[in-house]
Amino acid sequence: MTTQSAAQPSTQSSPGVEVALQNLVRTYGSVQALAGFDLTIEPGEMVALLGPSGCGKTTALRILAGLERADEGQVVVGGKVLTDVPANKRDMGMVFQAYSLFPHMTVLENVAFGLKLRGVGTKQRAARGMEVLALVGLDAQHNRYAHQLSGGQQQRVALARALAIEPSVLLLDEPLSALDAKVRTQLREEIRRVQVEVGRTTVFVTHDQEEALAIADRVGVMSNGRLEQIAAPQELYERPRTRFVAEFVGLTNRLPAEVDGDSATVLGSRMPVLEGSVTGRQGLALVRPEALGIARNADGNGFAITSSFLGSLSRISCRLDTGEEVVVQSSSGEAAGLAPGDRVQVTPRAVPVLVVAAD
Amino acid sequence: MPSLGLLPFLGYLTVFLIVPTITVIVGAFQVDGRFSLVNIKTLFGSTAMHALSNSMLLSAATAVIGAVLGALLCYLVVNAPPTSLFRRAVLSISGVLAQFGGVTLAFAFIATLGFSGVLTELLRSTLNVDVFGSGWLFGLPGLILVYTYFQIPLMVIVFLPALEGLKPQWREAALSIGATPRQYWLQVAIPLLRPAFLGATLLLFANSFAAYATAAALVSQGQPITVLLIRAALTSEIVLGRADLAFALALEMIVVVAVVMVAYALLLRRTSRWLR
Amino acid sequence: MRQTVLGRTVRGIVLVLFGLFFFFPLYAMLDFSTRDFQGGRTGEAWSQLLQDPTLTSAIIASLVLALLTVVGMLVLLVPTMVWVRLRVPKAKRLVEFLCLLPLTIPALVIVVGMRNVYSWVGYLVGDSIYTLAFVYVVLVLPFAYRAIDNSLSTIDVVTLSEAARSLGAGWGTVITRVVVPNIGPGLLSAAFVSVALVLGEYTIASLTNYENLQVVIALLGKSEARTSVAASLATLMFAMVLLLLLSYVGRGRSVREGKSQ
Repeated sequence: MTTQSAAQPSTQSSPGVEVALQNLVRTYGSVQALAGFDLTIEPGEMVALLGPSGCGKTTALRILAGLERADEGQVVVGGKVLTDVPANKRDMGMVFQAYSLFPHMTVLENVAFGLKLRGVGTKQRAARGMEVLALVGLDAQHNRYAHQLSGGQQQRVALARALAIEPSVLLLDEPLSALDAKVRTQLREEIRRVQVEVGRTTVFVTHDQEEALAIADRVGVMSNGRLEQIAAPQELYERPRTRFVAEFVGLTNRLPAEVDGDSATVLGSRMPVLEGSVTGRQGLALVRPEALGIARNADGNGFAITSSFLGSLSRISCRLDTGEEVVVQSSSGEAAGLAPGDRVQVTPRAVPVLVVAAD
Repeated sequence: MPSLGLLPFLGYLTVFLIVPTITVIVGAFQVDGRFSLVNIKTLFGSTAMHALSNSMLLSAATAVIGAVLGALLCYLVVNAPPTSLFRRAVLSISGVLAQFGGVTLAFAFIATLGFSGVLTELLRSTLNVDVFGSGWLFGLPGLILVYTYFQIPLMVIVFLPALEGLKPQWREAALSIGATPRQYWLQVAIPLLRPAFLGATLLLFANSFAAYATAAALVSQGQPITVLLIRAALTSEIVLGRADLAFALALEMIVVVAVVMVAYALLLRRTSRWLR
Repeated sequence: MRQTVLGRTVRGIVLVLFGLFFFFPLYAMLDFSTRDFQGGRTGEAWSQLLQDPTLTSAIIASLVLALLTVVGMLVLLVPTMVWVRLRVPKAKRLVEFLCLLPLTIPALVIVVGMRNVYSWVGYLVGDSIYTLAFVYVVLVLPFAYRAIDNSLSTIDVVTLSEAARSLGAGWGTVITRVVVPNIGPGLLSAAFVSVALVLGEYTIASLTNYENLQVVIALLGKSEARTSVAASLATLMFAMVLLLLLSYVGRGRSVREGKSQ
């Protein structure tokens, strides 16, 4: 479920800037981390870079931050070319996965560090530091040290530290990956709330698709150094453009399909095809569990194997007579009474589906 | 009772470590079996005080020189390109050289800078420079040079983990906030490394203060430092001629080393919290 | 991190200076010990190592002492450390403190205070150089403890012993057939460090008037400087070989652990 937040216009003057990464190439020895990566981010937008490890998302972020250099390509922020500008002159705030708070400084000193480097006076630093700490809800802990805080609290301080300098771009490198599941869910809402309030352009790297879909304005799915697709969460989920995206985001069933024009026949029913599908032959339809309907039927096309009750939804895995195993998601009311071993009929609904070449 | 299983170990240590130590402490306050402060008073006499101040000077000098040069070597190792071979080589060699003390080291330097040492003869024949002089190698300046040979490797062994405990995220976080590399070092790295550096320096001090074999092998005349004064007291060569004095001097050693090691332990605690 | 040409040159020069400082004395030892009085080369001093009776008996004495110390250290430490982990975990800090204590009590202090203890030992066991092994075990404790402790930490001693006991093993079997085979690298490391220390020990031997290797080298230095230097270099090389072997053992272990992950 996406968290919809109305973007509040920030009271600060033009906080968000446009970010453009143009045709970035980066190779490490024999491994190509980025193979021509292009991304444009609107001012004030929060974009999540999502992908499995090794896809290049962290490399792209670090090149944007200036911590690494691309072999080819340009970094343009707010109209200025930053490709050759060193990291400490790029006016960006970065939050790392872990361990980035300076252990010998208090929370307030950590947060005010960037301001101290810029020559801001002591009183002003403290005031601004407390202001950002209040933003993340930790002003009461300003005198503590990093080792006295929980993981979630440390990351909130790291966020405050990055924001204290009012950066033009905010960068988050898997900030939640090292935290417990419950803290992760709470903190990602916090991050989103804060981001909307300060209105900075933000790039957020993660391998957790639930995280990305939950809080980003747009999600860019990456694989092998390239951007597979970038779109708003809902569009990414409902209209994947490539097989990788369809399979990486959400659950997918693979069912044989025959494409004919702009629709395909799957399990006897017709489904419209999405852009990027193969045309005019046999293929593999990537069908979401909720795009399948299920009912008990003695003359059906498969058997129910297991049924998982998830509250308002249930997931039933079935084995079809044709040999495939599919997972069907339906409301628990609809699935009520289905028991393992029952004969069922699985029917695709008429929603758009991506059909790719058969393996 | 399971703790009975520890008796052999505790017993052994009591006999061969604790009892000698207690003997020293008690013996320092006795003359001919009766309580007396005479030996303690001698500690404050000119001979003992002179030796003590020389020992302190030697230890402080070699600790500082060893710490600075050792830290420099650590820095070079840490910044090496990620060929761990170099790092492993430095660590292994440091492991050997830190233990390489005593007689062996003394002879190595005699072979180098002694009257007919290799370097002495080299400089004598090529540059007409007499580096042997009046035999400074066998006095305090010589000890400072020779002790440095094992102090630097010891520093590498003790300090390198601390330097490597500097997480790269701190540097990157500082840079991304806008720090120049110099500001990162001055405001983040050095404050974080300071306790480890000071602690290591203290360890080097204690190591130098307690070292005996090297000095014994190099210095055959006179008792410029405390440990050699103890040798003289044990072999009854000195003016005062009292073996009991050895106890008092040994007590003095225990006190100095214990104080330094306690300070070291306290600094270590802070470091391990930060640089785990 | 960009490495400028200037940076790399400076770094190279500094490393060369360090190298010179540490390796020149070693070269000097080699040169010095192979000189003959006409400016040529001779292996005379080195052959003395095997011919001079005082020297050879000191070499043997030191080697035997090293062996005795290693055995003593293993017998004293291993059962104790395993026992602490298995049955008296609260005593860990005490044992650790006691094992690190010899770092704070210099050997010189020990030798000053051990005369009455050793007169006792002499009375019980006889007056021999090999009685030094007793105090040498104490000297090697800090290094041996750390090596064995590191090794014990890599295996879950408690679980292993509980598994063995549930299968019927007694405590002796647990220690000798379950724990010890699994801490081989730690034991080897402790043994090597002990040997290096004993071979290099001078303080206690000289002040108790026993003639171990280092004492003889020092005595010889006054009359046969070249032989002393040769013996010193030989001791050092032996220690280096030991350390090299040790690092192979260590690497073997980490390869094994890496594979099992």
